[in-house]
Amino acid sequence: MAIPAELNYTEDHEWVKIESETAMIGITDYAQDQLGGLVFVNLPAVGDTFAVGAVFGEVESVKSVSELLAPLSGKVIEVNAELESAPETINNDPYGAGWIIKMSVSDPSQTGALLDATAYEALTA
Amino acid sequence: MDFLPITETERELMLQRIGIADVNDLFSDIPRDTRLENRLDLDAGLEEMQVSKRLEELARANSNAADLVCFAGGGIYDHYQPALIDNILQRPEFFTAYTPYQPEVSQGTLQAIYEFQTGICELCGLPVANAGMYDGATALAEAAFMARRVSRTRSRVLVAGSIHPEKIETLRTYARAGTLEVEVISEGQRSCNNTELCTALGDDVAAVLLPYPNYYGMIEDVAPLIEAAHEVGALAVLDCNPLLLSVLKPPGDLGADIAVGEAQCLGNAMNFGGPGLGFFACTEKIMRQIPGRLVGKTTDIDGHDAYVLTLATREQHIRREKATSNICSNHALNALAAGAYLAATGPKGLASLALSACGKAHHLHDELIRTGSFEDPCPKANFGYEFILDYCGTGHLDALYDALIDAGILPGICVGEKSLLVAVTEKRTDPEIESFVGEVRSHA
Amino acid sequence: MPEPFQNRGPRPTIYESSRPGATCVCAPVADTRDASSDAFFGDYARQAAPALPQVSEVEIMRHYAHLASMNFGVDTGSYPLGSCTMKYNPRLNEWAARLPGFAQLHPSQPDETVQGALQLMYELQQDLCEISGLPGVTLQPAAGAHGEYCALMIFRAAHTAAGNPRKKVIIPDTAHGTNPASVAMAGYEVVTIPSTTDGLVDLEALRAALDHDTAAFMLTNPNTVGIFDPQITEITRAVHEVGAFAYCDGANLNAILGITRPGDQGFDALHINLHKTFSTPHGGGGPGAGPLCVSAELCPYLPGPVAVRTETGAYARKNPDKSIGRVRSYMGNFAIFVRAYAYIKMLGAEGLRGVAEQAVLSANYLRVIVQDTFTVAYNRTCMHEFVLSGANLKAETGVSTLDVAKRLLDYGFHPPTIYFPLIVSEAMMLEPTETEPLAALDALAEALRAIAAEAKSDPELLHSAPHTTPVRRLDEAGAARNPNLRVVQGFCS
Repeated sequence: MAIPAELNYTEDHEWVKIESETAMIGITDYAQDQLGGLVFVNLPAVGDTFAVGAVFGEVESVKSVSELLAPLSGKVIEVNAELESAPETINNDPYGAGWIIKMSVSDPSQTGALLDATAYEALTA
Repeated sequence: MDFLPITETERELMLQRIGIADVNDLFSDIPRDTRLENRLDLDAGLEEMQVSKRLEELARANSNAADLVCFAGGGIYDHYQPALIDNILQRPEFFTAYTPYQPEVSQGTLQAIYEFQTGICELCGLPVANAGMYDGATALAEAAFMARRVSRTRSRVLVAGSIHPEKIETLRTYARAGTLEVEVISEGQRSCNNTELCTALGDDVAAVLLPYPNYYGMIEDVAPLIEAAHEVGALAVLDCNPLLLSVLKPPGDLGADIAVGEAQCLGNAMNFGGPGLGFFACTEKIMRQIPGRLVGKTTDIDGHDAYVLTLATREQHIRREKATSNICSNHALNALAAGAYLAATGPKGLASLALSACGKAHHLHDELIRTGSFEDPCPKANFGYEFILDYCGTGHLDALYDALIDAGILPGICVGEKSLLVAVTEKRTDPEIESFVGEVRSHA
Repeated sequence: MPEPFQNRGPRPTIYESSRPGATCVCAPVADTRDASSDAFFGDYARQAAPALPQVSEVEIMRHYAHLASMNFGVDTGSYPLGSCTMKYNPRLNEWAARLPGFAQLHPSQPDETVQGALQLMYELQQDLCEISGLPGVTLQPAAGAHGEYCALMIFRAAHTAAGNPRKKVIIPDTAHGTNPASVAMAGYEVVTIPSTTDGLVDLEALRAALDHDTAAFMLTNPNTVGIFDPQITEITRAVHEVGAFAYCDGANLNAILGITRPGDQGFDALHINLHKTFSTPHGGGGPGAGPLCVSAELCPYLPGPVAVRTETGAYARKNPDKSIGRVRSYMGNFAIFVRAYAYIKMLGAEGLRGVAEQAVLSANYLRVIVQDTFTVAYNRTCMHEFVLSGANLKAETGVSTLDVAKRLLDYGFHPPTIYFPLIVSEAMMLEPTETEPLAALDALAEALRAIAAEAKSDPELLHSAPHTTPVRRLDEAGAARNPNLRVVQGFCS
């Protein structure tokens, strides 16, 4: 199971890529494997704001649905609209083309609570 | 009599295999003080022949549609049920099956529902229809809940007061949960006052619920209301008679976002009002919020066409408290009947049958007015095969109603003290209609 | 099997078989008096006919004969679907429901003309009250989930009358999905409590969750792992102590007919699935019926109308005083009531108790004869159903519960309920019902044994099962990604 070292993670199996004030967010390889073939992604609208831990979207497989929780507080600045017609992209490339949203982070201090790759690997072991 | 296939000897063998002497040992988890000391206070069991006699006696204690010629409607109609329908319904492979959760051995049910969905889409002019609901009343209530979900933040729905009163009552019961605010416009009126409804519209309205036709049989001018609803960002829901949709402009063409209604009229018996069949159609844009089951076409691993329940993540068995509805059935057999009925009548047949009913209804309407005992309070309204008249003859309407019942005619549904709601299906013959009119004349 | 007789796979839909001009015998001949759609409806007249099928009667009947041949019903073979009670559907029921004196009644007929129907409903109400140990009942709910919802709305009304509608409803983690969904529709918050390692209610967790904001506790008893909770009176007492209502999901009533009554266990309300316990057919997804029985305190709130017997001995329809209002149109699924009535009259008190005894005996027999093949979750005396776990098999062979279920189809059995309850990993829930012959139980156990052996010798055979069904495993992800929900033709082809 791939766990890129340069990313941060949450206990809810999301990855976060911090680039100055913005964060790119997706679900991990482990998460996509557990869910199986994804059939639908419910994305937020650009401009929506979420507090840390709030539900910002959903990913669905044939027989399950998982909520996506904001790993950080902030405002959605871009969504991966490609996923609407090709949700399976997340299965094929969870850390690349399968990214879900980009947020502008309102409280950078929250990043301290995220896991690093080693801690996440321990979580999924 | 019972239906147990196990013999005494086999029962002993089973007990032995489990390693107990008495079947009662299996019930030891049940606290003693909650166990029944005596047997249930019910009649002793009977043989099939005796029960069949008792059932026949009970059935005979009713006046059925053969004894009492049915001019009553209000959502449940005495249409002709082609003989082939019940023959299909009696196939055990259909009626003894469970919900088609195992698609490999449920293609019959699944394909039949897919065809039913296609038929409802054709009638409604909308691209998505579900596998069916309990009845028209719950379908309407579910439509209101769906509109609330689609809007996310709006909880008010405006309802034309001319929708079937039992549907409005059901909606109000559902709204008691406090999650929906139901505002009935022109309650008690024969048709909805469009100005009043437009005044009540606002950007807090999730949906406008309109009848097509209304409870009193009339086709109201709903098109401007659909437009007005859309102007404030609300959904437009039409409560329809699906049989009349063969001759009425489809809800989708009128701009409706959701069409619902009671589809008992499509090949199902009246059954004293239940089971009915709710139908539910909508646009593609909002289909992920639809309640109930959906059947989709796909392929199997050999590449053959196959059907399966789909978009199931909306449903209670997966999404639990966040499901679009708690519904777990779709009145599949009634949907099977409706699908077969649409095939048996066909496009021309269904329209011709509807027009035949409308023609007979207009004839009876005019004849009843000619008796001088009835008048039409809304003479300019368009109606289909159901209409309402006010009684203006001698004495009370009740007395005339009773006299007609005595003469073997169910004249319709009394609305208030002086109005009669009359339905005339294609089944009503000229002599039956003449007899109705004759009784009214002789009563005057 | 000879190829020509093998009805493999769906054929084109009846829409795609349509041929312009073909008609079925039942299309009515237009009446000379008929006006046109334009004359009746003006601007609202339909201009283009709906694209319904144009086919002959023989084609329709062959079409449905073929569809039927691809279906599996109780009449086809064993159907051990846990929590669904797939018992035999007596044919007398079917005959009775079709009597014109029942099938051809209009719901708006005056009471005097439907005395037999009202008497039938009244007697059924009385019988269900006696069976449940609860004094009030409405037959109106169309299904179990509808009954649950109706009960929650009644609880809300009763709590509101007492000054506070309350906020939450507690359910155990073994609950059917309809429970939380009904709670949400009734405007309550769902609080889920974990079960004990024995699959029972964790009384401590329940007590901790109960407070004066609790409207109700919902429990399936016997529960969804097939165990009657021996703490039941303590549970209902604890619920009552905070002024909440105890609700029994009656899905598993078949196990306790005539042995114990939910009312006597302290429940305030219970829905009954007539299509499970009382032998009315499941119909491929309905119609069933979900009558709701309630305590005396809740009777005034029942949806109306209910059938009553007047002083003169006549039967009538009446609305309870403080009714929450109707939850659907008319009186309920009457044609289903006729079937359940016929069943109860045939069995009587002794027969119903015999049903429970045999259902429980058959389940325990099956449990004992499969326990060497599969791990039984909570392996103890069960009620009418029990749960197997395929977790060991999966760890050992990679064969999942889904694979086992699909392979059972090749052996001619409908699979059990799978992946439910959620608390058992790789769950298979088996409910044989009392109407399964002994030979069928033995054959089912034998098939499970054979499949477990195949899992070790040829796992690929199971991963790709079923092999003999009209269609094989489906592309369900494809169906959900690109929904195809109708034949595209006609109005927007």
